[in-house]
Amino acid sequence: MTAAPADHAALVVEDLRTHFSVPAGAVKAVDGVSLSLDRGRTLGVVGESGSGKTVLARTIMGLNVAGNAVTTGSVMYEGKELVGRSPKEMKALWGTEMAMVFQDPMTSLNPVVKVGRQLTEHVRIHLGVSKSEARSIGTDLLRSVKIPEASERFDVYPHEMSGGMRQRVCIAMALACSPEVLFADEPTTALDVTVQHQILNLLAAQQRDRNMAMILVTHDLGVVAGRTDEIAVMYAGKVVEKAPTATLFNEMRHPYTEALLNSIPQTTRPKHTRLAAITGRPPDLINPPPGCSFAPRCPYARARCHEEEPVLQIAGTSGHQFACHTPVGSPAATEAFEANLAEGLPAALVAAGQDAAPANQQTDWAD
Amino acid sequence: MAGSGTAHLRPTGEALLRVEDLTVEFPVGRNRVVHAVSGISFDIVKGETLGLVGESGCGKSTTGRALIQLPRPTRGQVTLGGADLSGLDEESMRSLRTQVQMIFQDPISSLNPRRAVGEVVAEPLHVWGPADKEAQWERVSRMLDAVGIDPDTARYKYPHEFSGGQCQRISIARALVLEPELIICDEPVSALDVSVQAQILNLLEDLKAEYGLTLVFIAHDLAVVKNISDRVAVMYLGKMCEYAESDELYANPAHPYTQLLMESLPVPDPGIDLQTDVTDEGELPSPISPPSGCRFRTRCERADALCAEVEPTMRRVSDEHFVACHHPLIDLDESSVHIAATAEGPGGEST
Repeated sequence: MTAAPADHAALVVEDLRTHFSVPAGAVKAVDGVSLSLDRGRTLGVVGESGSGKTVLARTIMGLNVAGNAVTTGSVMYEGKELVGRSPKEMKALWGTEMAMVFQDPMTSLNPVVKVGRQLTEHVRIHLGVSKSEARSIGTDLLRSVKIPEASERFDVYPHEMSGGMRQRVCIAMALACSPEVLFADEPTTALDVTVQHQILNLLAAQQRDRNMAMILVTHDLGVVAGRTDEIAVMYAGKVVEKAPTATLFNEMRHPYTEALLNSIPQTTRPKHTRLAAITGRPPDLINPPPGCSFAPRCPYARARCHEEEPVLQIAGTSGHQFACHTPVGSPAATEAFEANLAEGLPAALVAAGQDAAPANQQTDWAD
Repeated sequence: MAGSGTAHLRPTGEALLRVEDLTVEFPVGRNRVVHAVSGISFDIVKGETLGLVGESGCGKSTTGRALIQLPRPTRGQVTLGGADLSGLDEESMRSLRTQVQMIFQDPISSLNPRRAVGEVVAEPLHVWGPADKEAQWERVSRMLDAVGIDPDTARYKYPHEFSGGQCQRISIARALVLEPELIICDEPVSALDVSVQAQILNLLEDLKAEYGLTLVFIAHDLAVVKNISDRVAVMYLGKMCEYAESDELYANPAHPYTQLLMESLPVPDPGIDLQTDVTDEGELPSPISPPSGCRFRTRCERADALCAEVEPTMRRVSDEHFVACHHPLIDLDESSVHIAATAEGPGGEST
């Protein structure tokens, strides 16, 4: 199912599944994901909370240490199979081959250990350098992530830094042993827009300079637009659409991708523009609905969507895949949408902006 | 460039809420104070939504809290429907609080986890509402229904049984149950996914139309603020930089900080020029010893000696647009004031 030639790819994931067994059954957090990533490329993984994007990243890295996680499928890294390796075996890869930047810079640093020591701990282990060498490496790293007064900041505690600075430290830490693949799991969600901009620029620059492969996990399509080469949209543990970034935005075929994009408020629209929200909630991952898992929230859903699960199919442009019976822009979708609108399906009403309960009088207000 | 001044206020009497020279300072020992909010002024007409936007630490939440006198502001006047809140004693302030309600950022931690939803929403009524339990429930169920939660199934459920978006709906119902005039929404959607965020924003717009609410909407996301607000106040380090009608603000930002915020906004369009060479690596200075003159000058490309010496005040760009900057990005229509020689129209890709 992967499109890119496997011999060039740094990372090839085939039919990866991670299920967590809980008393009520198996939570299918990642359910048959295939993708590949070349060196020097950036892949964006986008989806709502609970779509499995974080579990996917953690599974590839072998960070799902919980006893109830069952992983099947294959993760090939430079020709080596990673699924089934013990944490001990994975440890050799962490830092030097793969590294991760986590979402919350407030909690991913140890509050009682000085920044410099946290930053160089694994440098000393992996590269076997002395304390003073580690210090100079650490200071250089802090400088490379644009932390001012790097040598003084080496000796401060995390609470003495702002959120943005702490995230820079986390990035420096992830880059310390020059990994080949960098996972960034919602690296800017906890940060202000201005700081988010700085951090994303920093990640992009580091990725370019080091020719790393990067996986950028986020819920915000705005963050991945223009900063990734390819995007995979996840819903209920599956990739529902995958395409080169420009293709995804210009020729999106999956209704979920369209809905995600439409629900973002945009500054180019006049104030009080009604947002096309997505109705309902993501499905129960223990007993997902039959058929397409997005069907209950989809404005284009027809009877077939509730019965038969769509598989990933190839779209016109190269590298573009989607899993949908009534893809956006197709005659079938137009027909289905009109039928659903006539029937008063909530998802269709919301998508058409006709869900306002009372009359919309906002525009009458003086300003 | 953080400034003060009241040029942007409308005549007294028109506004439901009028805030003048609001200042909040917190002592932090050794005679030092945190200048959280310094001389903010704004007004809100009934039925209007005012957006307060800025980075973390700019004092927007403190401003929201100071409106309901929690804590009481160090200086300044807050007038709600003609009553000056700063002069009120605790008891009259307490009864006035029924008119002003708040919605908080984290929907899950703002609901008591040990109380059933029916009780959580009814709690304000235990103090202020009808004593009759049936009448209370009638109002609670009407409000839950209005926010899209089924009252009969939710009544005996607990907050953990609901998702973040549903919990935020429940907080909104709780805020509405006393039928307030004004609701202060403190980052109500920043903890939510974009899809749920859109649901909540639409809900707030619907409720506003139905109940004639006036909103103060605090957020750091300019796109969200633009969507919901009639007017927007941009704050930086305790000062107000720019105050404008929202479409006007986004079309013609006059303050360099507003422009910086807009350029930082992630745009869901792969064709957009990302300005990855943007030089701003700046951080918010300490509010304990804010920069002299204009507080934004340490991060501003246009800053000169004047900015370090003289604090800019609010000046008029048009009837709906005011800015506190010595070197605004667009020409001001006042001839008497100093205008930057370098003024060159709004840069950036804001429209």
